[in-house]
Amino acid sequence: MAQSNGNSTVLKIDGLTKFFGGLRAVHDFEVDIKEGELVGLIGPNGAGKTTIFNMITGIYPVSSGTVVFKKHNITDLPAHEVTHLGIGRTFQNIRIFPNLTVLDNVRVAYHSHASYGVFDGILRSRRFGRGEKEMTDRAMQFLSVFGLEKYQDSLAANLPYGEQRRMEIARALATEPDLLLLDEPAAGMNPGEIVELMELIHFIRDRFDLTILLIEHQMRVVMGVCEWITVIDFGEIIARGTPQEIRDNPRVVEAYLGSRAAEELQ
Amino acid sequence: MKIRSIPTWLKALAFFAVVAVVLYVVFSQGLLTEYWQQIILAGTILAISALGLNLKYGYAGLFAIGHAAFYGIGAYSSALVTKDWTTKWSGSPVGGLAGLVGIEAGFIAAVAVISLLDIGHRRRALKERLEEIISPFESSVLTTTLTILVAGAILVVVGGGVGWLARRAVLAVVPPLLGGLPMAVSQQIIFFIALIAGAVLAALIGFVVGLPLLNLTYDYLCIATLGFGIVTYVFFNNADQLIPTMKGARGMVGIPKLTTWPWVLGAFAVAIIVMRNFIYSSTGRAILAVRDDLIAADTMGINSYQYKVLAYTVGCAYAGLAGGLYAHLYAFLHPSNFTWLKSIDPFVMVVFGGVGSMTGTTMGAYVFVTLLEGLRVLPAELIDWRYVIYPLILLFVMLFRPQGIMGTNELGFLKRPKSVSDEPDEAPESTASASDG
Repeated sequence: MAQSNGNSTVLKIDGLTKFFGGLRAVHDFEVDIKEGELVGLIGPNGAGKTTIFNMITGIYPVSSGTVVFKKHNITDLPAHEVTHLGIGRTFQNIRIFPNLTVLDNVRVAYHSHASYGVFDGILRSRRFGRGEKEMTDRAMQFLSVFGLEKYQDSLAANLPYGEQRRMEIARALATEPDLLLLDEPAAGMNPGEIVELMELIHFIRDRFDLTILLIEHQMRVVMGVCEWITVIDFGEIIARGTPQEIRDNPRVVEAYLGSRAAEELQ
Repeated sequence: MKIRSIPTWLKALAFFAVVAVVLYVVFSQGLLTEYWQQIILAGTILAISALGLNLKYGYAGLFAIGHAAFYGIGAYSSALVTKDWTTKWSGSPVGGLAGLVGIEAGFIAAVAVISLLDIGHRRRALKERLEEIISPFESSVLTTTLTILVAGAILVVVGGGVGWLARRAVLAVVPPLLGGLPMAVSQQIIFFIALIAGAVLAALIGFVVGLPLLNLTYDYLCIATLGFGIVTYVFFNNADQLIPTMKGARGMVGIPKLTTWPWVLGAFAVAIIVMRNFIYSSTGRAILAVRDDLIAADTMGINSYQYKVLAYTVGCAYAGLAGGLYAHLYAFLHPSNFTWLKSIDPFVMVVFGGVGSMTGTTMGAYVFVTLLEGLRVLPAELIDWRYVIYPLILLFVMLFRPQGIMGTNELGFLKRPKSVSDEPDEAPESTASASDG
């Protein structure tokens, strides 16, 4: 069922604020993301983008404000329960399981859907056999979508960097999310890989019926992929709009290039 | 893979059959002196204990000192059961067993009820509702107090009730059932029950200790569990105040010598096969994932805390099982065998053999015992050099092979199953068919 009711809200954030001691990392952040949208969140270094992701996914406790995901208030939920409700994410500095094989990295994401328990595993019951095969088959599907099936038995630590990034996205998709949060997916990629990545993001959005919220530094990725963009600086929203509007917004230029440069450009 | 490879269970069966035959010949023909026979048994027992630590430290990444405490808990509790059956020190021949089973059953029942009631979620829901009336701090204090009271009440009422019933049941059922059998036979049955009861007690205490501690990481966890190890040691030293037969610092005597090679081999076979199947399952992968990256594991929907508690509890059960076998091997227990310093021994075995390798851990245990005890064969004037030779060997192994003998590799039936598990009836070789989603 594709984006038939493409207007229902998937993620609604209100007044989200985070203090680290006396430092206000995020202030009064709000966003309203509709089903099937591809939204970008940009801002200079240290603007608080990743902090917002960490609050949405329950890794950081929220200082104040609410996060509502598909009518569930997930503000105070622990990370694993947020994932169960259908939010998957990747990390800015990739967080793979280095000592697990590529296949196991993806199978781990299926753990909460496992159809067998601890004792089935120990006794190697029929249920274990069926459940394990099902998990493996589904994980292999994700690996082949991302062209990683040839690496299935190698340790994740031994993959090239770009493949590790792709595997991390595959792993996030294997948790069967409705909303995918991508934290700087293009970091450390060369221009060729970036073009591939942009295609991949569009492809997975359509193939898995996803809503995507994306943090990115590389302007060409954000401008080329996102339907609309929220810009934050020093924890506060400074602009919102389509890529074209953002490109022409003087406050955004100022935040990125400084006020002098912004004046000169004008 | 064109030819269907040998199934893993057949490899395991063949391996243990060969070992059994070898041990039978060795032990019945007297090929080795009794001293060396004891070393083989002690090494296998230590291997079981080290496998437990390998689960905690190697697989779950929990740097927990205090393994010897659980080894001791298993040793003393199982020894109390078998000694009681043999000498009837508590009046009734199953007084010890009934008490132990009562505690265990009551505790398990109480924990089951608490988790079924889902108290944590109820607390959170109540707290949210209260926050509309009173301040968050007040509601937090109030709900926490209430939760503790309710959990305590369940522990007393459900735990006490079920425990009392279980104790009565053991007292009523076991003596007539086993009393008619000759002592040699009934002792074996009681020994079996005692081993399991000892392992379960170690697991339960590990669970209780782990619940508050396992939110700590690395050195903090190490210090906290070290504290537990010291507490347990002090308890063993003064245990005669509570249970006179434990004899405290004088050492417990009169434990029947029941640990024979079939028991040890059987326990080891079960221990290592369970460990293998456990770790090569979805639960095992979750534990490994938590070790590799806790935050990523949480983000994959794994409740990392829960899996740390699980790994710790099962690891403690292994220590308890090994302790039970140890108690009935030498028939003498002394608190000094369970000091926190003894918790270092299994670490040496695991690190020496290979952290996160079952094969390596087992090898490490044998190397450890052989070096420490085997070097006693040195001539009298050199015997004290054991403690020079042994540390030097450790030192050189760590210098030249820091990953241990095996690294994370496994041998034979302990090898990681290839991507498509070889367990199911017909294993389709790695079908990468992803034709349709």
